[in-house]
Amino acid sequence: MAKIIVITSGKGGVGKTTSSAAISTGLALRGKKTVVIDFDVGLRNLDLIMGCERRVVYDFVNVINKEATLKQALIKDKRTEGLYILPASQTRDKDALTYEGVEAILNELAEDFDFIICDSPAGIEQGAQMALYFAEEAIVVTNPEVSSVRDSDRILGILQSKSRLAEQGKAVKEHLLLTRYNPSRVANAEMLSVEDVEEILAIPLLGVIPESEAVLKASNQGSPVILDTESEAGQAYQDAVSRLLGDEVPHRFLEQVQKGFFKRLLGGK
Amino acid sequence: MGILDYLLKKNKPSSSASVAKERLQIIVAHERSTRGQPDYLPLMQQEIIDVIRKYVDIDQDQVSVQLDNADDCSVLELNITLPDAK
Repeated sequence: MAKIIVITSGKGGVGKTTSSAAISTGLALRGKKTVVIDFDVGLRNLDLIMGCERRVVYDFVNVINKEATLKQALIKDKRTEGLYILPASQTRDKDALTYEGVEAILNELAEDFDFIICDSPAGIEQGAQMALYFAEEAIVVTNPEVSSVRDSDRILGILQSKSRLAEQGKAVKEHLLLTRYNPSRVANAEMLSVEDVEEILAIPLLGVIPESEAVLKASNQGSPVILDTESEAGQAYQDAVSRLLGDEVPHRFLEQVQKGFFKRLLGGK
Repeated sequence: MGILDYLLKKNKPSSSASVAKERLQIIVAHERSTRGQPDYLPLMQQEIIDVIRKYVDIDQDQVSVQLDNADDCSVLELNITLPDAK
């Protein structure tokens, strides 16, 4: 039986798709058969981040409308064994997804997969509500910035009232994933710290992803940043995946890196 | 960084991060308190105030409307501070 996890945030541009690509790849690397679904109907982007944009033939809406089978629409990732992508449709009809249709697909996927990752669109409209409705766990992607934290709190409210588990009187397991974290700005008191955001949102911390040039580089190349094992962001995502699987891993990259004497002398970054 | 810089930094009124945190705590607490309320509540509150204003001169902040949900029963509590009769 698969575990359904939604990656959501309310606010756009905070790293939902980057995180969906990284975490689903990480789970597959750990031997879990994983499918990642792009719920952003009309603004498909996960395919581009995963580097499979030219292999999209059928999409999520085609499967719901029974114009294609799930098997035809699923794209097998070329880099990572056991990872599949279900791309969003480019249709402009925002009512293309129905609860019944989505539920049927999730049930079918649940027979084959260990993890189903739902990449939510931004906002709190129907698409975002659809992405989180069936989730058992939610990863709330947040930047250390006022509008992002506020929107995360709103999406937490929706998880606690409008998800299927909430309707059954149960709770979705919530995780905070803090992205674009800049330890030196936090040290200068110019940026909210991990502790600040944890205190305001009051949900358990899954991971902190430092702001990193590797993220843009990875999306330029269409390769999930977790595969860049040299980068801090890639390593931070690996740690987050380990925690998701129940391992106890200490948090890294929270402190400002002290410049060495020679680096300071030479003015290096 | 010299000792002077260090001292100056300590004496700064408040950093932008702490301003952000304070503002967030207030707005998030406010939004949580109104969460789950029906959408018509703010409008209804305004209309109630307008009706009362026809008879008594009151301010917006002299009225508090609270909706409490307990099990299968909702209680709408209306608190109006009337000015002293002159």
